[in-house]
Amino acid sequence: MADAAIHGDEHHDDRGFFTRWFMSTNHKDIGILYLFVAGALGFVSVLFTVYMRLELMHPGVQYMCAEGAQFFANSAQTCTPDGDLWNVMITYHGVLMMFFVVIPALFGGFGNYLMPLQIGAPDMAFPRLNNLSFWMFVAGASLGIASLLAPNGNDGFGAGTGWVLYPPLSTQAGVALPMSLAIFAVHLSGASSILGAINMITTFLNMRAPGMTLHKVPLFAWSIFVTAWLILLALPVLAGAITMLLTDINFGTTFFQPEGGGDPILYQHILWFFGHPEVYIIIIPGFGIISHIIATFSRKPIFGYLPMVYAMVAIGVLGFVVWAHHMYTVGMSLTQQSYFMLATMVIAVPTGVKIFSWIATMWGGSIEMKTPMLWAFGFLFLFTVGGVTGIVLSQAGVDRVYHDTYYVVAHFHYVMSLGAVFSIFAGIYFYLPKFSGRTAPEWAGKLHFWMMFIGANLTFFPQHFLGRQGMPRRYIDYPEAFATWNLVSSWGAFLSFASFVFFIGVLVYTLTKGKRVTENNPWNEFADTLEWTLPCPPPEHTFETLPKQEDWDKSPAH
Amino acid sequence: MKLFPNLSGPHRTALMASAVVVTMGGLAYASVPFYDWFCRVTGFGGITNVAEAGSDVVLDQTITVRFDASLDRDMPWTFKPEVREMELRIGETGLAYYEAHNPLDVPIAGQAAYNVTPYEAGAFFDKIECFCFTEQVLQPGETVMMPVSFFVDPAIVDDREGKHVHTITLSYTFYQIDLPEDVVQAVLAPATLTTASQNAIELN
Repeated sequence: MADAAIHGDEHHDDRGFFTRWFMSTNHKDIGILYLFVAGALGFVSVLFTVYMRLELMHPGVQYMCAEGAQFFANSAQTCTPDGDLWNVMITYHGVLMMFFVVIPALFGGFGNYLMPLQIGAPDMAFPRLNNLSFWMFVAGASLGIASLLAPNGNDGFGAGTGWVLYPPLSTQAGVALPMSLAIFAVHLSGASSILGAINMITTFLNMRAPGMTLHKVPLFAWSIFVTAWLILLALPVLAGAITMLLTDINFGTTFFQPEGGGDPILYQHILWFFGHPEVYIIIIPGFGIISHIIATFSRKPIFGYLPMVYAMVAIGVLGFVVWAHHMYTVGMSLTQQSYFMLATMVIAVPTGVKIFSWIATMWGGSIEMKTPMLWAFGFLFLFTVGGVTGIVLSQAGVDRVYHDTYYVVAHFHYVMSLGAVFSIFAGIYFYLPKFSGRTAPEWAGKLHFWMMFIGANLTFFPQHFLGRQGMPRRYIDYPEAFATWNLVSSWGAFLSFASFVFFIGVLVYTLTKGKRVTENNPWNEFADTLEWTLPCPPPEHTFETLPKQEDWDKSPAH
Repeated sequence: MKLFPNLSGPHRTALMASAVVVTMGGLAYASVPFYDWFCRVTGFGGITNVAEAGSDVVLDQTITVRFDASLDRDMPWTFKPEVREMELRIGETGLAYYEAHNPLDVPIAGQAAYNVTPYEAGAFFDKIECFCFTEQVLQPGETVMMPVSFFVDPAIVDDREGKHVHTITLSYTFYQIDLPEDVVQAVLAPATLTTASQNAIELN
């Protein structure tokens, strides 16, 4: 069966290193490239957070000094707080994570590698466009780093405007150079994502295996299709908004400048019209991965396949009509706030359908606590915590109190940093045998999980308390009263960082010395999508002969 | 009608997806005039109305109007309201003055941006005459009293959100703008005769 799937691939892979990785049009290789580059940028971005948590560990400013940034506290020296450096750190942490780490890893990495395999396509519809997407992402990331290192008007470097780049802060003369570079970086990454999305949609609609109707496509492929639509609809709007910002900065237009009749609030509306779908762009591919993992390790088919599909579609659609819940405090009327509040709460319904379907999948299943399943459990727990605090925040009245406090920080890190990142790690441990032909040692994956799970909860759970006590976000310092939970949070961050470093070690070990996988499907028969009919790792060309329906269609005929 | 009938398969899908991208990018720009129109029509963001004449109906119920004045960071004028607050009947036409002074020895032009809070009152706040409708030029050392005449639309008492409003704050912010062309000519003409006043312009 599997041999039939790879028929016609007897020839030896004789590409050189440069040809294979730098000129690649192969969806599998590009997927791997995305994962590695996103991982490297993720490491940089995590270093920023470690430095920030180091600064927030104790009240007062010990490390980010105007006299020079330090990594070891030196009480002998005077330290003038360098708030600009702090702002730059939070900004680039956000921009890198949003645009250059999580989307490229889930959508670019897993999406490229697995979506064509799951639908039985030989490659993406436009392989060279795929190559262009990847290199535009790399170019955008380079511009992002250039922006970080560009001098600003405050004797520092980078633009400390927060990832949302709100005017008038972002249109000040002082940050013109780093800000313009950051806008170009987001332009390029946006163009890369849009081209990727066009490619994914075209592949999905035109290249499914014979017999694979839309209602039979595996859930991960569906999640990529929904995500691609969100990217297609949301990212051009962001591109428009930041282009207006760019001309406001450099060419004297006044789209968002009140002195010329513009309105900064309009920028917030446009930004969040993109920004809310963006958070679903980040998390929906994670839903897809988690569905496959939970089904596999519960030894049951996924519960409620069709509701799962349409829950993703519904989340995507609703994501476009709730944007103003990020800006309850700009002075909207009661009616408008009531609408955005109710619409936001409605999202809990399809999300609940997904959570309960995952639980129902596990119900009565024979659950195997292998490493990927642990990560999937972690995802379920953390995402649910983040979702519940999201419902709390959705209420306009309650949001008055929590707006711009650490409660919000805790909420979105639980859904994005922990939800999305746990689904990435779940995916990595699940697909490592498929991608590399080697398995990671079980004990190492489990140790990594427990370190990260405890670390992440220690980091972010206390931030709920800090937010409820009124600690505002985006400040370099805080009063003594907040010292205890900040200390706990910092230790949690260091533990999480240690787990990340440990993971890099595990990855290097696995790729060089890990146990080889000999069978096509190292898990069990409930990992029943088409990629598990291929050898580990799959050959350069796959499905040159279209797969037969019995290779993938395990459901009984209706 | 079928879109792009001469294409098929992947190329057709890709072209349709690209059309979606272009449309959404275009809509981002279309949102700018749309938002402006929306604010003027609904009073969203505290945008006020312009009326030709005062209200025919005057209610016994009164409302407090407060006056606020502020300046952009680089604006050299001083600018303040004559009175901070006045109470008037709903529908009654009120007249308030703002005082602006140019302390520098060069003419400065300004344009005011304005709105009212709470935003729910925007749709019911009507200005008949306002200095904010036009550009203002103050000669060196000049002080002017700038009038604004307005009334609060009696419909506010029947609006489901407007009826809770008891105080309206009218706020102006002056921004420095380039001098109008005719004023520039008037300034430059004597300036060419003496170097001293030319320096003064450059120092500013």
